[in-house]
Amino acid sequence: MGMTITEKILAKHADRDSVKPGDHIWIDADILMTHDVCGPATYAIFKREFGADAKIWNREKVVVIPDHYIFTKDLHAGRQIEQLRVFAKEQNLVHFYDVGTPRYKGVCHVAMAEEGFDRPGQVLFGTDSHTCTAGAFGCFATGIGNSDAAFVLGTGKLWVKVPHTCRFEFFGKKPPYITAKDMILTIINEIGIDGATYKAMEFAGEAVHDLGIEARMTLCNMAVEAGAKNGIIEPDETVFEFVNQRSRAGYDVVTNDPDARFEKVFRYDVSKLIPLVAGPHSPQNGAPVTEAEGTRLDQAYIGSCTGGKLSDFIAAAAILKSGEVKIPTYAVPATVSVEQGLKETLMDGMSVLEILEFAGVNVGPPSCAACLGGPPDTFGRLNHSEVCISTTNRNFPGRMGSKESRVYLASPYTVAASALTGKITDPRRFMN
Amino acid sequence: MLAGKIIGKIYVLGDNIDTDQIIPARHLVYDLEDPEKQKMYGKYCLSGVLDDQAGLPDGRIPFVLPGKTTSEFQIIVAGKNFGCGSSREHAPASLKIAGVQAIAAESYARIFYRNAIDGGFVIPFEVAKSIYRTFKTGETVEIDPQSNLLRNVSTGMTVSLLPLGDAAAILNAGGIFNYARTSHEFL
Ligand code: SF4
Repeated sequence: MGMTITEKILAKHADRDSVKPGDHIWIDADILMTHDVCGPATYAIFKREFGADAKIWNREKVVVIPDHYIFTKDLHAGRQIEQLRVFAKEQNLVHFYDVGTPRYKGVCHVAMAEEGFDRPGQVLFGTDSHTCTAGAFGCFATGIGNSDAAFVLGTGKLWVKVPHTCRFEFFGKKPPYITAKDMILTIINEIGIDGATYKAMEFAGEAVHDLGIEARMTLCNMAVEAGAKNGIIEPDETVFEFVNQRSRAGYDVVTNDPDARFEKVFRYDVSKLIPLVAGPHSPQNGAPVTEAEGTRLDQAYIGSCTGGKLSDFIAAAAILKSGEVKIPTYAVPATVSVEQGLKETLMDGMSVLEILEFAGVNVGPPSCAACLGGPPDTFGRLNHSEVCISTTNRNFPGRMGSKESRVYLASPYTVAASALTGKITDPRRFMN
Repeated sequence: MLAGKIIGKIYVLGDNIDTDQIIPARHLVYDLEDPEKQKMYGKYCLSGVLDDQAGLPDGRIPFVLPGKTTSEFQIIVAGKNFGCGSSREHAPASLKIAGVQAIAAESYARIFYRNAIDGGFVIPFEVAKSIYRTFKTGETVEIDPQSNLLRNVSTGMTVSLLPLGDAAAILNAGGIFNYARTSHEFL
């Protein structure tokens, strides 16, 4: 019987000819990623279980990227970064991207791609639920907790249950005002935030392969918002080109067998999609922007692994160049290279950064920042009962700060258009 | 770990209780391995739940009383998709630190479920039918993992639990490390 990409990658890493959904298997990890919020506890568990002087399974396969609580005066948060330094030093880690050094990156999932750790056919674990972002490169990537990560640190292995795959096909030609964010919000709106629990979500179809790599990352990034174990896209030239420029580590191109079995197939005509806004307090609370239009806002936010990549800022700038924001608007580039890209990318003779600043946007340094609230002094955090529209991925109560605040999730176009008016606004009003 | 019955007062919650409601992100800064600092996770456990959803059906019932670091409730009853959101193991850990032994929910988000079991924190039982609208915060419940039954001692109502399946072996061992030590050669 044929296997899906996810099944084939898992079978190979379990040293088996085949697997089927529901099988419990132990697989080998190619990469383990951790960050400042989960790294210290993971390392402590590792020491507790394997001994104070134990060595990790492979110092070249562990990637440590502090990104969550970076620019805060919170002393506890500072201690967590200090603990990562101890970890990196004791284990002589090769891939540690320390704060305050030229190696500092920013949001881990975007940095992982930039540094060439996301490669076809690999198994990638990370102590962060959005590790599934890397599925855009045709690998199996999933988020795990500290105990599981400590287990991987010690053994290089982990048990997994082989997921069923659901396939989401997009066909037709994508209108310019529709983004990957609208595509994934459309899916979550249909299947719900537990609609793909335990499953692999495969994104397919010509309209997916027409997307650039960053947009594909946005699709896979929010697979976890539907409860999925992983998101995945068959790798193609776009992926190979991106990876070849960044890594010489080699990879394994895995595609679906012709007779692969999908639990369910969903099909969407991308030409018919309408920009979507997911209202408080759930990513599944989607409504066409036309219905949400006019909702009053106090703040707008552009950032995160979902909506803080260079292409997201280019999209926002295309709208912001026509005016000035009416509400406090914060922009946080995901990584240092995105920040660099804002300066170097020109649109009508102005850099993206200049366009943002001209429009009155506050641009902060690269990190997760207010995407997950964080300590009260976090840049862009919602500290009161603000209503915010954001390019991030979650809007559960209190996600971006105070639990009195309310968050609408939308594409960078919709967020930018809404920032210009102070109300939820259909971006098509600013696009010709 | 699974042998005995679990008896305790219940705290009732609705659907989609995500990890930010279980332990808000601003609190993820305390050292989990330090016995004193880890108490902060008990103090702030479930502090992100919206007031009118906190302790159903009435709401506005603090899970942990001000000044305390443990809860008077040992069992959580909840609806669908408990623990959705982030991968933070601080979520099941904070429930354990607050004194919770078991959860009886309709379904769980995948990473939370795994963390609860692999870390040996709390037992995530799945109830065969929705009970969060009929059970009240403060009632006493008895869970029998042998017969897979949950009985509301206060009302007499009995509900079956889904078998724990593959998870039982890991829970019995007390987490992924002991499980791997007893069943696999690579530990
Ligand atoms: S940007 Fe937000 S969603 Fe992405 S890793 Fe950081 S906190 Fe998580």
